[in-house]
Amino acid sequence: MSASQKKKKTVSYNKWGYIFLLPFFLIYCVFSLVPMLSTFYYSFFENYMSGLNTIGPNFVGFDNFIKLFTEADLLKYLENTVIMWLLGFIPQIAVSLMLAAWFTNNRLKLKASGFFKTVIYMPNLIMASAFSMLFFALFSNNGPINMLLMDAGVIEEPIHYMSSTWGARGLIALMNFLMWFGNTTILLMAGMMGIDPSLFEAAEVDGATSSQVFRTITMPLLKPILAYVMVTSLIGGLQMFDLPQILTNGKGGPDRTTMTLIMYLNNHLFSKNYGMAGALSVIIFIVTGALSVLVFKMLTSQREER
Amino acid sequence: MKKKVLSLLLATTMTAGLLAGCGSSDAATSTTDSAPAKTEAKDDVTADTTDATASAGTTEQGKIVNIYCWNDEFKSRYEAYAADLADTHGVEVNFVIVANENNAYQNNLDAALMAQETAAADDKVDVFLIEADYATKYTKSQFALDVVNDIGLTEADLAGQYQYTKDIVTVDGVQKGTTWQATPGLFAYRRSIAKEVLGTDDPVEVQAALSNWENFDATAAKVNEAGYFMLSGYDDSYRTFSNNVSAPWVDGTKIQIDDNMMKWVEQTKNYTDLGYNNKTTLWAPEWSADQGPAGKVFGFFYSTWGINFTLLGNSLADASAEAAVGNGIYGDYGVCEGPQPYYWGGTWICAAQGTDNIPFIKDMMYRLTCDAETMKQITLDTQDYTNNEAAMNEIANSDYASDFLGGQNHIALFAEAAKKIDMSNISDYDQGLNEAFQQSFHEYFEGNVDMDTALENFYTSAVEKYPELTK
Repeated sequence: MSASQKKKKTVSYNKWGYIFLLPFFLIYCVFSLVPMLSTFYYSFFENYMSGLNTIGPNFVGFDNFIKLFTEADLLKYLENTVIMWLLGFIPQIAVSLMLAAWFTNNRLKLKASGFFKTVIYMPNLIMASAFSMLFFALFSNNGPINMLLMDAGVIEEPIHYMSSTWGARGLIALMNFLMWFGNTTILLMAGMMGIDPSLFEAAEVDGATSSQVFRTITMPLLKPILAYVMVTSLIGGLQMFDLPQILTNGKGGPDRTTMTLIMYLNNHLFSKNYGMAGALSVIIFIVTGALSVLVFKMLTSQREER
Repeated sequence: MKKKVLSLLLATTMTAGLLAGCGSSDAATSTTDSAPAKTEAKDDVTADTTDATASAGTTEQGKIVNIYCWNDEFKSRYEAYAADLADTHGVEVNFVIVANENNAYQNNLDAALMAQETAAADDKVDVFLIEADYATKYTKSQFALDVVNDIGLTEADLAGQYQYTKDIVTVDGVQKGTTWQATPGLFAYRRSIAKEVLGTDDPVEVQAALSNWENFDATAAKVNEAGYFMLSGYDDSYRTFSNNVSAPWVDGTKIQIDDNMMKWVEQTKNYTDLGYNNKTTLWAPEWSADQGPAGKVFGFFYSTWGINFTLLGNSLADASAEAAVGNGIYGDYGVCEGPQPYYWGGTWICAAQGTDNIPFIKDMMYRLTCDAETMKQITLDTQDYTNNEAAMNEIANSDYASDFLGGQNHIALFAEAAKKIDMSNISDYDQGLNEAFQQSFHEYFEGNVDMDTALENFYTSAVEKYPELTK
């Protein structure tokens, strides 16, 4: 090969990068961008099925949005979603941070950490619906948990977990926690292992306690990963659907206090009310986007201040 | 240069491969579409109402008959009494079963009917079943065929059926469906508990103790004192109230709640607070268990199919063993009329517009819903109450005795109750609204919400299900 040919070749490598990226952008456009834009478009129409007749699509401007905020309990469902997310997320991040710190701590040298890492990740491998069914059976009125507690003499009457707001919300949060703390631990561990070990050694030499090390070295340097965990969990939390849907049989009971935004969306889609469902999707998109940006900004701007 | 060509080739195949995955289903359907295109064109002509009957005997039928239903009740009827028709006509019957709850069956059926015109011949809906709660939604549409003019059953064939079963599916004088059962409701009680509490298990005397709601409440108190439950759960008496309303659920597009519905709320709340019921919900496992050997419930409101199909199954200790006296509480139930006449359910067979199996459907409908011999046999075999007035009266007046009901001739009671069925207050929305009403008020009975909140929740979920309705 001559020198000129060689030169040409190195230049053309760049191009292949874009060509190999092309499939992603094509698929993103076809399956994500276009549907998203059409959702925006259809949210301005009245379009549903009345019996076997299709009503619309008739252009109604912002009517769907106004209805969602005035007639429907949209804010209540948003509140439900956020409460259930926080109930699961706060213990999740606390436990995950602790476990990740333990697993990556060179002084502790935990035995069989590989085994435990696998075990804590296990619940995430179970299908959410199966997990939900399992909890439904365990905590049903005549279920094993009630039987166990009654036999042990802790309670006399079976507890109706699903009939109380905090019982149902608590169960959903517990399931979310169990399913996701392993995943978060693995992510945080990756972040902690990325921190330069000489920093820890230097702190040790200076006589820092392990809590001081955690607060002043691990936490600040973990911020980028923490931001990622927060944002992904927030998005996942706002889109909470499968666990409450199956646990409450789609009712969001009791008194619609476990009805999440996506469950509400599902109700509209189930009755083929496409206009309203579109409007709701747009609202969820905006809320999710705004909150994600907020969380990300909060975490990253603090880092710059330091 | 070669390498460049090769990598370009690789890149394109990769892209094509990725996209092919998404597009393949389209390609597949388009090829299957084009193949039976000719037969489809023929179908369209034959399906056009009047032509259908004229050419019904001679045109070739589609190979697959798709029957849409929500449980295996019809399937078992079909397999026991009409399965030979499939061989005669050279067709294969395919049941598409989707559960009723939360309008799932209707939504699935609606989607299939909407796609009826473009579906391949073998994928078209040929027959679908409908329930009283939403019968009118389909009979008012063009999707259900006229059983006389399109299918070819004669007025004489249908003459033996109960008038109300024809009225409910008749729109502007055109009958759009036909059924093998009439569904008057009765109250099924435990003979052993009746003996203990009332001192008798004789249906006439038990009926006297339950003849109206005051007596019913008084008996409930006695049953409760003896350590039993009067009813199993919240929904048991629902149909006796909801069938005796003064107006349909919906007026125009406005939801109206009848006073009688609120009476159900009041009674059930009382029963729950006083411990007269076991706080179960309809179709829940606990509810089914209450009907079995370990149950401590006095009785259940059940219509015809409920007694032979549901109650009998639940009463057995060993479901796989023979259903006979000695297995569980088989034989311990008796029936009486209860405080108010009512009906519950009922399944109609409709032929779908666009079907290519009209001769088969005609024979099947005739066999299962018009043929007096078959229908009498169904009743004798299964204790179901079939839709043939003469045959049922014949059994009612005979010495027929049901082992399951302790030797009682329940057909005689059904025959009386069937005359009182009034379905004038049904609407297109009954299924969804009944379900939403029950669910919303369960929480009121549980004590989680007050009555106003329960009503509010009912309206919310009603509008979610039917966007056109208003409060």
